[in-house]
Amino acid sequence: MASSAALPGRPRITLRQRLSLWDRSITAYGFIAPFFVLFFAFGLYPLLDTAWVALHRESLTASGSSWVGFDNFTWLFGNEYFRKSLLNTVTIGILSTVPQLLVALGLAHLLNMKMRGRTFFRVIMLMPYATSVAAAALVFAQIFGTDSGLLNWLLGTVGISPVAWEPGHWTSQIAVSTIVIWRWTGYNALIYLAAMQAVPGDLYEAAAIDGASKWQQFRNVTLPSLKPTILFTVVVSSIGATQLFGEPLLFSAGAGNANPLGGSSHQYQTMGLLMYQQAFTDGSLGRAAATAWTMFVIIILVTLLNTLLVSGRIRIPGLRRKGARA
Amino acid sequence: MSAVLEKPTTPAAAQSPRRRNRRSGAGDVQRASWPTYVVLTVVSLVSVYPLYWALVGGSRTSADISSDPPPFVPGGNLWTNLKTAWDDGHMGKALLNSLVVSGSIALGTVLFCTMAGFAFAKLRFKGNNALFGFTVATMMVPPQLGIIPLYLLMSKLHFNNHIISVILPTLVTAFGVFFMRQYVTQAVPTELLEAGWIDGASTSRIFFSIVIPIVRPAMTVLGMITFLAAWNDFFWPVVTLSSDNPTVQVALNNIGVGYFTDYSIVFAGVVAGTIPVIVVFALLGRQIVGGIMQGSLKG
Repeated sequence: MASSAALPGRPRITLRQRLSLWDRSITAYGFIAPFFVLFFAFGLYPLLDTAWVALHRESLTASGSSWVGFDNFTWLFGNEYFRKSLLNTVTIGILSTVPQLLVALGLAHLLNMKMRGRTFFRVIMLMPYATSVAAAALVFAQIFGTDSGLLNWLLGTVGISPVAWEPGHWTSQIAVSTIVIWRWTGYNALIYLAAMQAVPGDLYEAAAIDGASKWQQFRNVTLPSLKPTILFTVVVSSIGATQLFGEPLLFSAGAGNANPLGGSSHQYQTMGLLMYQQAFTDGSLGRAAATAWTMFVIIILVTLLNTLLVSGRIRIPGLRRKGARA
Repeated sequence: MSAVLEKPTTPAAAQSPRRRNRRSGAGDVQRASWPTYVVLTVVSLVSVYPLYWALVGGSRTSADISSDPPPFVPGGNLWTNLKTAWDDGHMGKALLNSLVVSGSIALGTVLFCTMAGFAFAKLRFKGNNALFGFTVATMMVPPQLGIIPLYLLMSKLHFNNHIISVILPTLVTAFGVFFMRQYVTQAVPTELLEAGWIDGASTSRIFFSIVIPIVRPAMTVLGMITFLAAWNDFFWPVVTLSSDNPTVQVALNNIGVGYFTDYSIVFAGVVAGTIPVIVVFALLGRQIVGGIMQGSLKG
């Protein structure tokens, strides 16, 4: 920008150039303004305000609120159902994230091969991602039905007696995790695939010359190259798992009624469900906000932990090597 | 459109040397053998069967679905079930609402994010880097955690139970800005913009007549991904909308609550709410796959 003013023989910028420079910076602010106005008003402000609400007793029905300090948090951590939902969120998170990412990694490896119908397979595997959580959860609620569910019928054909999926602790958590795995595996496989295609072929060539087997190449070339991407998917999946809501909410439709309790003994009530229950069933916005804030802290901790596990340095994949993963 | 991702000006072009490497037979890409096809076919079936099962169930009676063995082909009850879902689940209104909501969000996101992305990529102004860094940092913060104050805010504005409450908060995304900035940086030559400025064009003029035509492929991809995400959004619409003015997902939630014994109605609702997305997907699946692999950063 400044270079045009420094051209030889033109010691002073003309009015027109001045206008042009002025136009560029004003336009820049004008162009980012809609984003920031909307972003602050409806994205960041509510998020920050959650911290404020969490320190108040605030009800959905009555107006006004009163300062209660950390009472909401004290109440939460002493509450049986909160602790249960915290534990459920962690176990369902592990049950859904670990198999999902491992399968996605394997699928990406297969999809990276030369074959017929590559695009077809990629599109088909992304179909669950395009399916809404509501549709998926309702269909899976039937599939996991105890008396007339599709899965129990299938198990019956190989001589396994019906499983009471919904009432059981682990069985219901596995079922809810299955919905998550079904929806997100293909999506993650595509992300891994994009990263795999960015690995330079020379590395494999060199490895092959050194006598590395296909497995050794995968283990020593592919996996290290995918590290930032793997970290990214782990973080994103963990964030998603921490907020799990639609799947357990509608999975209970299979038990008779969709509600935020997460089963008769809260066996699959996640923190997301509990937050919804506190806010919009019990009408206690302060406690709900305290739950949200706890989820937020967990997300930060999980993200930090994952990042530290890899390198101790925060790195958003794609930011630096964006072109490499296009 | 099918060729857009391979256009030389796109970021996808950046990987062409690598593609060449792979084609030239460097040891990385094996040729698939039959077990690969078997595994991929099984995974494809698992990916599609639940959706097909909804179609089978939605076109039959509740008794059919729970019969032993369960039906494997669609029956003739789809219209009856759809009518029930339509009348009692407000499915017609839900589809219209979802169309308006997803359409506005997609248009708004594409326009505002392209504007901001262009400004961050090609305009120099005070705070450019700081503001962009801040935007990227917030991508990791889940918006769902702000639901309660957002609900209170919308109450104050009297927007709850109005679709505007669903449109406003998602009209822009940090991801969209990031995505468009990356694309503009790589696809739009700065010399071209400089030439425009020297010719006396205003920055807005340059944006609309030079930048937009070049980045249209990325705008299309961002628009489709945003449309899908908006169509499928669940938590916030369930909180802010009621059963008499639902989006498709809210309507499905209500059908799940009300018709728990009759899966044929529930499935008919699922079919009605999913078919538009599947149609979009069948037509543009390739581009969406390309967009996701290109974006790679969407949470």
